[in-house]
Amino acid sequence: MPLVFAGVCSHAPGITGRAEQADPRAKDDLYAAFDDMRLRLEATRPDALVVVGAEHFANFFMNNMPSFAIGMADYYDGPIEEQSFLGIAKQRVPGNRNLSERLIRQAMHTADVSYAEEWKFDHGIMVPLHFLTPRYDLPIVPVNINCQGPPLTPLHRSWAFGKALREAADSVPERVAIVGTGGISHWPATPDSGKINEPWDRQFLDEWSRCDKQALLSYDDAQAYADAGQGAFEIRTFIAVSAATEGHVGVVHHYEPIPIFSVGCVTATVDLKSAGTVPSVTT
Amino acid sequence: MSLYYVQKFLFELNRDGRAQAAYMNDRQSALEGFDLTIEEQQALVEPDVGLLFHLGVNGQILMHFGALHQIEWQDYLQRLRDGIAQHGPVREGVYAVTGYEGVDAHAASLGQESHLDSTHLDSTHLDSTHLAGGS
Repeated sequence: MPLVFAGVCSHAPGITGRAEQADPRAKDDLYAAFDDMRLRLEATRPDALVVVGAEHFANFFMNNMPSFAIGMADYYDGPIEEQSFLGIAKQRVPGNRNLSERLIRQAMHTADVSYAEEWKFDHGIMVPLHFLTPRYDLPIVPVNINCQGPPLTPLHRSWAFGKALREAADSVPERVAIVGTGGISHWPATPDSGKINEPWDRQFLDEWSRCDKQALLSYDDAQAYADAGQGAFEIRTFIAVSAATEGHVGVVHHYEPIPIFSVGCVTATVDLKSAGTVPSVTT
Repeated sequence: MSLYYVQKFLFELNRDGRAQAAYMNDRQSALEGFDLTIEEQQALVEPDVGLLFHLGVNGQILMHFGALHQIEWQDYLQRLRDGIAQHGPVREGVYAVTGYEGVDAHAASLGQESHLDSTHLDSTHLDSTHLAGGS
C-alpha cells in the first residue's frame, strides 16, 4: 500500500553523545522536534520503518562497496559505538526478513540493490531510532546509499533508487514508513568539525521541501565538498526520500545549526496528502 | 603507502570486539596480515591519530579508533589539528582542512551557550599509551 509516512532528519553522534555540552535551549528545541516527529510517525500506525541512511563503514568497506544496500534480517544489533561515546546503550533492534525480501525483490526490477542478512547499526541509524522508536518495537528495514567511500553513488541514481523504494513499498500490504537521515552541510570527524554552512543548508532544504528534482540533482560533489564539507555527500538520503514522495511537498519543522553537534539539525516530514511543489516555510 | 590496508585494519577493529581485545593484548601482532609500512604500523600501535589523519584515514573510520582509546572528542579534534601542523596536509583521501573558528566562537556567534567540559577534557587528555578496557 502507499507509504504512510515520510521524513528526513539528522543523525550526528554528538546529538546524543555530547548533549550535555550543547546550549540547553538549542538541545531541548531539537529534542522536542524529534519527539514531534515521533508522534507524527506513530500516528500513521506503521508496520515497518525503512531508514535510508549513510552508514559510516560499520558494514560496508572499499573491498566490496555497494551503491545501494538493503538489510534482510529479523534483527539488527547496534550501535557499534560505545555508550560512553554515543550515549545510546547497545540494543537488538527488530527487523522483518520476510518484508525486506519482498521489498528487495521489487526494488531490484529498477535498481541494482545489494542485500545484507546481517547489519550492525552505527550512529547513522541509531540516533534517529533513539528518538523515533525509543522502545525499539517497530521493525526496521535498514537501507544504505554509499555517501562515504568514493566513487560515490551518483545523485540521479539515488533519485532512481528512491523511486524503486516507493514502488517496492507500494507493492506490499504492510503500512510502510520511510525516513532519510544524513547531512546536510558538515565536516564531521575532521579538524573543522562543528563548521556548518547555514545558508547552504537552508537553500537545500528549500529545494527539498519543494521536491525540486532539477535543483536537487544539480549538485556537484566537488562544489558541495567545497561549500558544505564531505558530510554534504549524505544529501543522497534526502534525495532518495524526495524521489520516493515525488509530487508532494515537504515541511521543515525544525532547523538550527548546533556546532557542538557538528551539524545543522533538522527534522522534516513530507505531506503525503499534498500535491504540487509549493514552497514550504523553514524555521 | 597503503592507506587502503590502514583503513581495512581500522574497519575490522571498529566492529569486532574480539579484534579489539587482540589489539589491546598485543598491538603489533594484531597488525599481522595487513600490508602496512613501518610508519603506518607505528601510527596504529602508538596510537597517533594525528598522523593517521595526515595519512588520509577517513575521519568516520578514525573517530571510532579515537573512542576506543578513550580520547575525548575535543582532544581528538585537537590531535587531528596537531597532526596536520606537524606532518602537513592530508596526503590522500577525501579530506582537506578548510579553516574554522572553533565550536566556542561559532556557538557564541549563534547566541548559544558553550558547555565544553574542560575538566573532563583535562582528565582525559591521555598519554598515547593509554588503552580503554574492554571492547
